[in-house]
Amino acid sequence: MALLQIDNLTVEFETASGWFRAVDGVSMSVNSGEVLAIVGESGSGKSVAMLAVMGLLPWTAKITADRMLFEGRDIQNIGASERRKLIGKEIAMIFQEPIASLNPCFTVGFQIEEVLRIHLGLDKKARRERAIELFRQVGLPNPEERLNHFPHQMSGGQCQRVMIAIAIACDPKLLIADEPTTALDVTIQKQILDLLMSLQAKNGMGLIMITHDMGVVAETADRVVVQYKGKKMEEADVLSLFENPKSNYTKALLAALPENATGDRLTTVSQYFDGTHEPAGTSA
Amino acid sequence: MTDIKKSNTMLEVRDIKRDYELPGGLFKPKKIIHAVKGVSFSLERGKTLAIVGESGCGKSTLARMLTFIDEPTSGDLIIDGEKTDTRPGHLTPEMRQKVQIVFQNPYGSLNPRQKIGDVLGEPLLINTKFSAAERRERANEMLVKVGLGPEHYNRYPHMFSGGQRQRIAIARALMMNPKLLVLDEPVSALDLSVQAQVLNLLADLQDEFGLTYVFISHDLSVVRYIADEVMVMYFGEAVEYGTRDEVFSDPKHEYTRTLFAATPRADVESIRARVARKKTASAA
Repeated sequence: MALLQIDNLTVEFETASGWFRAVDGVSMSVNSGEVLAIVGESGSGKSVAMLAVMGLLPWTAKITADRMLFEGRDIQNIGASERRKLIGKEIAMIFQEPIASLNPCFTVGFQIEEVLRIHLGLDKKARRERAIELFRQVGLPNPEERLNHFPHQMSGGQCQRVMIAIAIACDPKLLIADEPTTALDVTIQKQILDLLMSLQAKNGMGLIMITHDMGVVAETADRVVVQYKGKKMEEADVLSLFENPKSNYTKALLAALPENATGDRLTTVSQYFDGTHEPAGTSA
Repeated sequence: MTDIKKSNTMLEVRDIKRDYELPGGLFKPKKIIHAVKGVSFSLERGKTLAIVGESGCGKSTLARMLTFIDEPTSGDLIIDGEKTDTRPGHLTPEMRQKVQIVFQNPYGSLNPRQKIGDVLGEPLLINTKFSAAERRERANEMLVKVGLGPEHYNRYPHMFSGGQRQRIAIARALMMNPKLLVLDEPVSALDLSVQAQVLNLLADLQDEFGLTYVFISHDLSVVRYIADEVMVMYFGEAVEYGTRDEVFSDPKHEYTRTLFAATPRADVESIRARVARKKTASAA
């Protein structure tokens, strides 16, 4: 049984000119211990699909799906309180802007201990010990001292480590990372990706990596879903995706990578793929 | 001075420095930040120099000095064979016309209340005696050159996508026929497919106008594609400087090697190696 199973997910938003379909009939599944990368450009609906899984979309969004199962449990029609028990404990998420996703008014220690208090009900002493252990696990130096720091006292990479520590605090079965390294420098990106990969391997959790960076996909993923304008273009394991891409859009994306440039001009996506037409032979 | 003029050097920078002063308090001594600590390079006409480094390494400060936004604390700036007097009030309009800049964020660098036609016409209005009809004609010509059209003349920035906005920013920079264009992370905010289009546009414009580029980036794959020469900056110093092939094939400095090692690889060989590594790790 897959850890997370989504069948035919559609998310729509009402706009002045009618309903806008951000995610259009997307199906995917993740197993425990697997790294699934969702790749797409901005506006491809890759984040919205995962926000729908987390139940983080505003009520104005219309979410329909044939099935949305987490460990066989329906997570589409569960109540708010039940969802709160699930989210943050079994499914956790890391966002793109580490500094913006932490609360500036509280110390990072308070923010991580809050998770431990609510989901695990640990007492004060145990919470503190666990927080220090988690900070050590994500490679923050001087964890005892760090707990008393506010987010603004830390760098972007350190804040992202705190976010990861909070996300893995309850040993989630599924971690969703939404562009976790986009705002960071390459050297820091490498550290954060290495950290995520080692935590994933150690805890055996499922990891969904949302990214637009083909390099990040190549370095982390087991399986890849390529999305374009809300539709799934292709799903393949990472090696066959790079070696032998099936959909025209994936081919176009790979050809547009500067490292794959042949001659003195880059291939643009429009040369391969006309976005106005439905691409043929895609499995949705 | 004459020997420089004859040669093919567009830009020469000699030991340029920039310090920022942080004011002290009652008990806090004032602090001087050395943002750029003596950088020298020279660049031939029609070539591209890429400056690489992580955030805070001084690459944008260098760009600001090259475009006369910031005054260097010390050092010489020789542009098109002329030593530039960068003191406020000493810059000639001709010198200002020779150097233009394109900023990173096309969402922030265009005035939302200014129509595209006015964005492009404003440099002409300030610097030349062209009539309104002539300005309009030139703006329309430039719009066509950057891949837009006269129909975009009366539109506002919010009506354009990120890639189109970056085209407008490039068009604005080219209105005064500059010789040197400083591009501060021009494609970092863009999607992969759009990035390829903008990079192609920059290459086309370089051929057409014989432009010299100073291209600031943190993305090594883009740098490898576009640059003739590469300079790596680290904490305000140029730790590596040479032709592209020299730097990429045989990096001298420790930091450059770290940077290369941290850059994700998207080629099939490295993915295969990674997948194999993971398999053996999970089997063990």
